[in-house]
Amino acid sequence: MKPSDLLTPTPAGLYCPPADIYIDPVRPVARALISHGHSDHARAGHGAVLATRETLAIMALRYGEAFTGSQQLAVPGETVRIGAVDFRFVPAGHVLGSAQIVVEHRGLRIVVSGDYKRERDPTCAPFEPVPCDVFITEATFGLPVFRHPPAHAETGKLLDSVRLFPERTHIVGAYSLGKAQRVMALIREAGYERPIYIHGAVEKITEFYRAEGIPLGDIRKVDPGERKAEERKAFAGEIVICPPSAIQDLWSRRFPDPVTAFASGWMRVRARARQKGVELPLIISDHADWDDLQATIREVQAGEIWITHGEAEALAHWCGTVGLKGTPLHLVGYGDEGEAEPDAKPAEAKPAEASP
Amino acid sequence: MNRFAWLLDRLAYEPRRNGKLALIADYLRTTPDPDRGYALAAMTGGLVFQNAKPGLIRALIAERTDPVLFALSYDYVGDLSETVALMWPARHGVNDVPHLPDVVAGLRNSGKTELPRLIASWLDALDETGRWALLKLITGALRIGVSARLAKTAAASLGGIPADEVEQVWHGLEPPYTALFAWLEGSGARPEATDPAPFRPVMLSHAIEEGDFDKLEAGELAAEWKWDGIRVQAVAGTRPDGGRVVRLYSRTGEEIGGAFPDVTEALTQDGAIDGELLVMRDGVVQSFNTLQQRLNRKQVTAKMLAEFPAHIRAYDLMAEADDDLRAHPYTERRARLEAFLGRLDSARFDLSPRIPFASWDELTAARADPASAGAGADAEAVEGCMLKRLDSPYLPGRPKGYWYKWKRDARLVDCVLMYAQRGHGKRSSFYSDYTFGVWRVGEEGTDELVPVGKAYFGFTDEELIEIDRYVRKNTLNRFGPVREVTHTLSSGLVFEVAFEGLQRSTRHKSGVAMRFPRINRIRWDKPPGEADRIETLEALLPAN
Repeated sequence: MKPSDLLTPTPAGLYCPPADIYIDPVRPVARALISHGHSDHARAGHGAVLATRETLAIMALRYGEAFTGSQQLAVPGETVRIGAVDFRFVPAGHVLGSAQIVVEHRGLRIVVSGDYKRERDPTCAPFEPVPCDVFITEATFGLPVFRHPPAHAETGKLLDSVRLFPERTHIVGAYSLGKAQRVMALIREAGYERPIYIHGAVEKITEFYRAEGIPLGDIRKVDPGERKAEERKAFAGEIVICPPSAIQDLWSRRFPDPVTAFASGWMRVRARARQKGVELPLIISDHADWDDLQATIREVQAGEIWITHGEAEALAHWCGTVGLKGTPLHLVGYGDEGEAEPDAKPAEAKPAEASP
Repeated sequence: MNRFAWLLDRLAYEPRRNGKLALIADYLRTTPDPDRGYALAAMTGGLVFQNAKPGLIRALIAERTDPVLFALSYDYVGDLSETVALMWPARHGVNDVPHLPDVVAGLRNSGKTELPRLIASWLDALDETGRWALLKLITGALRIGVSARLAKTAAASLGGIPADEVEQVWHGLEPPYTALFAWLEGSGARPEATDPAPFRPVMLSHAIEEGDFDKLEAGELAAEWKWDGIRVQAVAGTRPDGGRVVRLYSRTGEEIGGAFPDVTEALTQDGAIDGELLVMRDGVVQSFNTLQQRLNRKQVTAKMLAEFPAHIRAYDLMAEADDDLRAHPYTERRARLEAFLGRLDSARFDLSPRIPFASWDELTAARADPASAGAGADAEAVEGCMLKRLDSPYLPGRPKGYWYKWKRDARLVDCVLMYAQRGHGKRSSFYSDYTFGVWRVGEEGTDELVPVGKAYFGFTDEELIEIDRYVRKNTLNRFGPVREVTHTLSSGLVFEVAFEGLQRSTRHKSGVAMRFPRINRIRWDKPPGEADRIETLEALLPAN
């Protein structure tokens, strides 16, 4: 059997003909296997969904209990047979509940890694490399300019800034599923004990993380719009976590002299930070950086690497230089949530005027 | 070097002008000589290194990285220094961080053969921020949102004086500016060397709005043509020792005289002219396209001087000999300007004429048809009208209520998006530069699109994100940083493009070149087949 007979890219997503299922489909399908809860991978409206307990719960939180016709639990490490194909969910280290999906049929093993990272994350199970024939990887940060520094050094920058500017509120933009909670956990590990304030959009998932037993300390929802100007002054020197879309909103501008921070792998590139008007870039990512993509590819010992999205050309080129076959799949539809594609708003360029 | 790198890094992320001023002033106050002087020189463009060039940096990184990965990375990041700083392979154990004065000395004094090894050793020793700052210093383009003027303003704040006073003594000074800092901090005398030909901040205008005409009296204003060249300041003065200094400044105070000896040599009287730099052939102003042949060059050949003779059309006289005229009213400066120009070579300097008008209707007619209203053969180079209060002093910046610009109405044409390229700087990684075309009959008799221009502004940030998404989803081909976008009769994206003027061009396949093209509207609704044809553009070409 050729690998492309077992899994094949289609406009709806990766399709497995012998099992008649899709993995992370971007359109509603009869049967879907979902790697993790980010909305570009986990969409509502499928007939049936197979995913980890956490991912099913996150989808229900976001889309309501009726997000799919029927749901089936995937227990990490256990094999589920669909048709003649074996599927196994294995931790991907991306966000809580995230999994790689191991697809095995007649001795051929393909690993669909979904989104993943290798760096330590106190809020989810770590990535487990699975040796395979074909490794399907993302390449969100698939360029040698992306080397993430240790995350605790980045939260250290945040805490330094809070000490330096006790009169200003630190607004930290972080994706509401995964990143926000990881930032909370990291600053707690660094010994920060004051309450951490959150935007309403981050609340539901944060509550879920806490219910799953992840210690995040004193977390309080805040809406400056509901407070009098006098009361808002009390937020000087505090840390507020909100979705990236809110860092330049009126919502954040209401806090005292806000410092705009943003936790994302994109912050490695200065222009990206400036496009978003970020003053304090925090390079903290849910995705493997260039070195970790390479290390992972070597570790799983696959002869063939398929690349779903991100900087596929660069990673495919590197595969070629080390004797591996790298193929960009150009799957569309990923990157609407999380870090997979830029969502920054660049400042409008002004024409170079020749004379006034 | 680390402190300097830290300053540049902080400045790059600080959006507020006052925040930038505070950062620079704090750095200058707390950093010893000569380090701070070299930092100030870096921010004011005062450091030029003969042998350290971007090509050398490219060669160094090429030895250390895969060329394809470098090209993809550079395309993504959109900035050479940053790409190299990020990709430079770490060498652990090398941590002898160089000092800024040593770096400056090394860059100045090292020959072409030793320089690569020296720069590589610094890059090995620095962290990412340090590498980035060093590379910015070498390539000379800091791009951290700090103008020379802002840096001088911050320096002036050390002595609690206005930036203009620093400007007055600036040209007599050399990096690391120890005498300047001594003066600013009260431990030394004001530097003697007052510049006989200083830059003076330019006076700018506001775009006129519909309601303004009701408030303005035609009799209180003068009208002039707004010429389509580049605004410059030509300044000449005499030093106490009798030596003459002639300088040509851009509107932001950059010296560009080196590339225009034909103009500077002809400024034989001491004074400061505000005017438009143009190319003039046989007494007729040439298109901006032609002028571009002379722009952004450090040197100029005899052939270029003969082929593209430069000329200044004067608007104003800011100073005559030692006499500062800026406080005098427009009419008086104008009279002094006419007399001043009478003593110069009229082939190089002439007066921008006033447009006679008694009512707004008359001016409207003149603006619509400059050729019949006095501009004659130069009418194609008219961008619109300027209105200036007869009593207006010459004020720095863009003061309200004195000068107005009234541009000619833009022309509009519907074009089809053909190629998109990733932007640089603030827009790096977005597909923000668009090449668009109009229909023509192809060689086989069927309709085909021919590119007619390129634009990268005119749309909002939200629209850019939508177009970027459209480009990514409708890509036909990829050529490095460029994507070819679907463009058939039935499928594609139509832009309503606005532009100021049209020239014949042999360099463009379509035979036409647009001036100031911009995206006026995005016509998501319009089928590409209904976009304009080349004939529509050809009808707009000047008659000759």
